[in-house]
Amino acid sequence: MTTLLYLSICAAGITFVAASAARAVRYARSPLHLRWELYPVPHEEPQRVAHGGSYFEGSEWWTAPRHFNLAGELRVMIPEMLFLEALRKSNRALWYRSFPFHFGLYLLAGSAGLLLLAAFAVVLGGGLPGGPFGSVLRWLAATTGIVGLVLSFCGACALLQRRLSEPSLRSYTTVGDIFNLAFFVAVLGLIGVGYAVRPDGSPGALVIATGLLSWDSTLHVPGALAAGLFAGAALTAYIPLTHMSHFVGKYFTYHAVRWDDTPLAADPRMTAKLAEYLTYRPTWSAAHIRTNESGTWADVVSSNPGEAHR
Amino acid sequence: MKDGPGFSDMSRRSSEPLLRLDDTQLSPLLIDGATARRGAAKPLLPQAQANQYPLDDSRVLALPTPQTPEEEEILVRSFLSGLEKLFSRENNWTFLQPLLLTMEHCARCQTCSDACHIFEASGGAEIYRPTYRSEILRRLYFEHVKGGGLLSRWQHGSVDLNWPMVARLAELAYRCNLCRRCAQACPIGVDNGLVAHEIRKLFSQEMGIAPKELHASGSMLQLKAGSSTGMPPAVVKDNVQFIDEEMAEKAGLPVETPWDVEGADILLVHNAGEILAWPENPGAFGIILNQAGVSWTMSSDLAGYDSVNYGLWYDDAQFARVAVRHAEAARKLKVKKIVIGECGHAHKSLLVIADRLLTGDLNIPRESFLTVLRDIVASGRLELDPSRNAFPVTLHDPCNMVRLMGIVEPQREILRAICPQFREMHPHGVDNYCCGGGSGFAIMSGNTFPDWRSQISGRKKLQQILDVFSDCLDPAQPKYVCAPCSNCKGQIRDLLAYHDVWKANRIQYGGLVELVVNAMADVKPGFIEWEWH
Repeated sequence: MTTLLYLSICAAGITFVAASAARAVRYARSPLHLRWELYPVPHEEPQRVAHGGSYFEGSEWWTAPRHFNLAGELRVMIPEMLFLEALRKSNRALWYRSFPFHFGLYLLAGSAGLLLLAAFAVVLGGGLPGGPFGSVLRWLAATTGIVGLVLSFCGACALLQRRLSEPSLRSYTTVGDIFNLAFFVAVLGLIGVGYAVRPDGSPGALVIATGLLSWDSTLHVPGALAAGLFAGAALTAYIPLTHMSHFVGKYFTYHAVRWDDTPLAADPRMTAKLAEYLTYRPTWSAAHIRTNESGTWADVVSSNPGEAHR
Repeated sequence: MKDGPGFSDMSRRSSEPLLRLDDTQLSPLLIDGATARRGAAKPLLPQAQANQYPLDDSRVLALPTPQTPEEEEILVRSFLSGLEKLFSRENNWTFLQPLLLTMEHCARCQTCSDACHIFEASGGAEIYRPTYRSEILRRLYFEHVKGGGLLSRWQHGSVDLNWPMVARLAELAYRCNLCRRCAQACPIGVDNGLVAHEIRKLFSQEMGIAPKELHASGSMLQLKAGSSTGMPPAVVKDNVQFIDEEMAEKAGLPVETPWDVEGADILLVHNAGEILAWPENPGAFGIILNQAGVSWTMSSDLAGYDSVNYGLWYDDAQFARVAVRHAEAARKLKVKKIVIGECGHAHKSLLVIADRLLTGDLNIPRESFLTVLRDIVASGRLELDPSRNAFPVTLHDPCNMVRLMGIVEPQREILRAICPQFREMHPHGVDNYCCGGGSGFAIMSGNTFPDWRSQISGRKKLQQILDVFSDCLDPAQPKYVCAPCSNCKGQIRDLLAYHDVWKANRIQYGGLVELVVNAMADVKPGFIEWEWH
C-alpha cells in the first residue's frame, strides 16, 4: 500500500513535468507567426510603457538600438504570476475566488518543496539540522501547507459555487469543468481532513516525505490521508492534460504573442524560418487562392488573381 | 446564458433570426445624466429573406442557399475541410500558434465580456459575447480536429454541426470589430478577436465566402485596378492634381504633389478613399510636406497609391499579395522609407503584420505619418497659431495604431501644441474603445448593416464623444472629433449623422493634418469648414 502510494506520487510528478513539457514543446515548435502584439509591451522603454507606447513612436525607429527592459517585464510578470494582477483589474468578483485558489496552490507547492528539502536533510544527514534553521524550516513548511490548503480549498469551493450559480457561465460550463473543480475540492478536503484526523503517533508530512525519499515501505500512512494523497497524485497528473495547464499556455500567450514585438531585421533566424514557410504548399480551396495549382506560399503571394480579371 | 440563444440554437432550422434587438435592450445614450434616445428610435430593418438561417437583423455575407440536403452536406464538408486546414502548419503557419493557445486555454471566465463594446451596447446580447463564437469554434476544434470522442465531449462540450450552424457562424464572424480589447482584458492572454479573424479566413480561403466590400470590391479590385476605390493610376493622378489646385486656392499657398520621384526620402501612401471622400486630407498633407521642405513622392504603381489592405481582416493570401505590392512600389522608386497616411489598418498591415512577410530588399523602412508630423510640428518649420484652433477638440484613438501598435503620444504632442482646448475621452490610449467601424465595418453597407453599426458597434464611441463634450453640447459651440484614420473617420461621420449629432450639437469630425493646416499662420484662415460633409 505504502509502496503503491510512493509509486503514485512519483508517477504523478513525472507525468506532470513530462506533460507540461510536452505541451510547452508543442507550442514552442509551432511556426513563427505573424506579429500580433498588444500594447503596453512591458519590455519597452519605461517612459513608453507608462502610456502603452512602442518603438513605433520614435522617428526612423529602425535606426534606434533595440531596447529590452527586463526589469519592466518582471514588474508585470511577478505580480501577474503571484497575485493574478490582470484578473484583479478586469474582474474583481472572480479574483476574490481565483486568487486564494491559485495562491493557495503556490503555497502548497512551496510547502511540498520545503518538505522535500527537509526530507533530504534527514535522509542525507540523519536528521533535521537543529537550531533556528531546522525550526524555521519546520515552521515554514507547516504554515505554508496549512494556509495553502485552506486558501486553495476555499477558493476551489468559491469557484465551483460561482460556476454553478452565475448565469453568464452556466452554458459555457461543461461537465468536465465541474468535475475539475470538484476534483480539487475533494482532493484538498480529503488531504485536510485526513491530516487533521490522523491518529496520534501516525506519520506527519515530514515523515511521509522522508519515507518517500528513502522508500520506506514499512511506513503506515492512515487510510483517509493515504486516500487524499492518492487522489492528489491523480489530480497532479491530470492537470497538465487539460486546459488547467494555462500556467504553460500563459507563458506563450504573453511572451510569444502579446509581447512579441521583434522586427524581422532584428533577428536573422526569422528570415530562415520564413524562407521555409514560403515553401509550404497550402491546400486552401477557394478559387482566388488556387490560382497556381499545388503552388507554394511564395507562388500564392507572387500571383495576382486580379490580373485574370483585367 | 441568461436570456439569449444557446449554442444549439445556432443549428436551428428557422428563418427567424436568433436575435432581434429593440431600443429597450440597447445601452442608453446618456447626455448630462439623462437618457437620450436621439436616433435610437430608428428600428433595425427586417432581415432580408435571402439568407435562410439568419443570425440577427443584419447581414453582410451573400451565403449560398443550398436547395437539397446533399448540397448542404457538401457545404458542411467544405467547412470541415477548412477547419482542419486552419490548424495545420502548412496552411496556417501565419497564426497557428496564437490560435492553438486560444483554443486550448480559455477558462471561459467571461472576463472579456465587459471589455467588449458590442456586447455592452447590445445590452448583453448573448450571441455578441466575445466567447460565444469562440466557444463554438473551440468545441468544433476538439470534436473534429482533435478527434473528439466521449471524453472530449465531456471535457469540452459539443455543438451540432449542420448548415444552419455554419451559415450563422460565418455571419457571426462579422459581428466583431477585431479591436482586441477583449484580448487585452483576458488574464490568460486568450484572444477572441483572433478567433473571429480566423473564422473569416476559413470561410474566405476555403469556401470563397467574404463580404463583397472586402473581397470583390476590395482586395481583388485593388490587385486589379491598383486601388479598392477602382481608381487606376491615371485617374488618381488627375484627382490629386485637382485636389492640389483646390487646396492651393483654399490655403493661399502653392500645393503640388510629386509623383514617382526616384530616391525621394518619403513615399507617402494614403488610403485612397481619402482622395475621393475627404480631399482636404491629402491636400493638407501636401501643404504640410511642401511647406516643411520634405522630400516626398507618391507612387502611381499598382497599389502604390492606396495603402488599404483589406486582407488584414479576412484573408492571409490577399493580405500578403497587397503588402508585397506596397513594398514593391517603394523598392522601385528607391525611396528611403514608406510613410503611411491617416489609415489605421494600413499602419498595422504594413508596419507590423507584414513585417515577417517582407524579406530581403522588400523590407523597406516603414513609418507612421504621426511621427513625421510630430517632428515637423516640433521642429518649428511651420509657423503655427494655436488660437486658430480655439474650439474643443477630442481625439479618437484608432485601435490599429494605438492598442495594436503602441503609437499613443505623437498625436497627443501635436494636439497639445496646436489645440488649446484639447481634451481626452475616457478611457483613451491603449484602453480606448473602437469606433465601431473596425475590421471593415465602416465600408460595409449592405442590407441593414449601416443601422447595425450605428446602433450597436458604434454606440459606445458615440457615448464617449457625447461625454467628452458634455460641458459644451450647445450647438452654438462647434466641436471637433479628431480621427486620424480613414475608416474611423467614416464610421464617426456615419454615427454623427445617424444620431443627428451634427445638427443638434455641432460636433464635426476630421483628421489630424487638417487641424495642423488650420493652425498654420501662413494659410488663409478657415481651412476647417464648419459645414457637414
